[in-house]
Amino acid sequence: MAKQTIIPFGPQHPVLPEPIHLDLVLEDEKVVQAIPSIGFIHRGLEKLVEKKEYTELMYVTERICGICAFGHNWGYCHAIEILLNVEVPERAEYLRVMWHEMSRVHSHLLWLGLLADAFGFESLFMHCWRLREGILDLFEKTTGGRVIFSVNKIGGVHRDVSPEMLLEISTVIAGMKKEYDELAKVFIEDVSVKNRTVGVGKVSKEDAAALCAVGPTARGSGVPFDIRSTGHSIYGKLGFEPIVEEGGDCYARALVRVKEVYQSMEMIQKIIAEMPEGEISVNVKGKPEGEFMARVEQPRGESCYYVKGNGTKNLERMRVRTPTNINVPFLVSALAGCELADVPVIVLSIDPCISCTER
Amino acid sequence: MFTDFNLKVIEPTELVDTARTLKAEGYRMVQICATRIPDAYELTYSFDKDLELHHYRVILPEGKEIQSITDSYFAAFVYENEIKDLFGINITHIALDFQGGFFVTNEPTPWKDSK
Repeated sequence: MAKQTIIPFGPQHPVLPEPIHLDLVLEDEKVVQAIPSIGFIHRGLEKLVEKKEYTELMYVTERICGICAFGHNWGYCHAIEILLNVEVPERAEYLRVMWHEMSRVHSHLLWLGLLADAFGFESLFMHCWRLREGILDLFEKTTGGRVIFSVNKIGGVHRDVSPEMLLEISTVIAGMKKEYDELAKVFIEDVSVKNRTVGVGKVSKEDAAALCAVGPTARGSGVPFDIRSTGHSIYGKLGFEPIVEEGGDCYARALVRVKEVYQSMEMIQKIIAEMPEGEISVNVKGKPEGEFMARVEQPRGESCYYVKGNGTKNLERMRVRTPTNINVPFLVSALAGCELADVPVIVLSIDPCISCTER
Repeated sequence: MFTDFNLKVIEPTELVDTARTLKAEGYRMVQICATRIPDAYELTYSFDKDLELHHYRVILPEGKEIQSITDSYFAAFVYENEIKDLFGINITHIALDFQGGFFVTNEPTPWKDSK
């Protein structure tokens, strides 16, 4: 057996804006094992159910993460709505899905930029993030916030979007799509992108399924799992089909996200075209009793929101299981056998969100 | 969207065999959640098949240990270590056991004596 060396990777590393640590066991330049450590900034948000009322937790859940804040809020909201037997107005469901898919576009553009940055393609990184700003501007115009929106409420949404604003969103998305065509072409065809991603961090379909991976991470290995396939909210009306790639490497995971940006843009246009008239919220009475687990397909994958109510204003338990939580075992598998130089790209390829994980 | 909470309560001794059976039947493990209840812990194991959730619950008396399901679902090590670190529940035979050091906490097992 060759001599083994252990190299610590993180918790502070140029490709990681947030802390995760890996002990990389190397034989020469090859990684034979990766042992993860998380929990450097665990916030214990779930514990706040003892002090905060279930309505106040709305503001806590959207602070789990600064990228997919809307989805966390929506998932929690949906779980409470089930316990209170609340039927959300159709227009509110359309608005929720529109904002959620806009969140996916901005999250994937952010990730594509980070991937480009990880292998030194600085101009591509800047273009991705420049394009992303357009989505953040739309968030600001429609919700008042660029990161935290506070637009959901139990029973619907706080804000409506005017027909003029819907037209503006449609126009901005259409213009953005033209610019995105050029960026997508680079991610799909450029030789320097392929050199750093094709065949790197490969995980088979069987292994990805066995490791319970979720999101574009799983779909990049051919596992067609996507919570939107249940047709919940209005996804059934939108004719949603998951995007799947079979490669199982970093390139396949990138391709899934590149194509999902197009898919989300199309869904947003369809939502705007079919937006029904009507109320955006209903009055909610009562205190949550019973238990339920809601699931939302966040940009990084399936997120779970378990709530247990006892008929009082305080829940007995709230549990959030985020996509990065469950994709850590996949990452460990993807790193085994790779070259040391590929570690940053592989780590990024699961789109790790430690803020979510350290809820 | 599914609106039911499909729950089955099982004995702690049935857990490992239940996980093996579910794995063989093609279920995906979704999460494990620990909840503090008087003199015991409620451990809820969630599995998914065909986009439908099924939950299995174990009531574990305080001070008792429970075996890991990582021989069926390796990914469970993430939740089992988290539960060990935060609630102080002794979960044995975890495939990747951080011995209480997975999470950095100011005090050991901060959620053990909740409420």
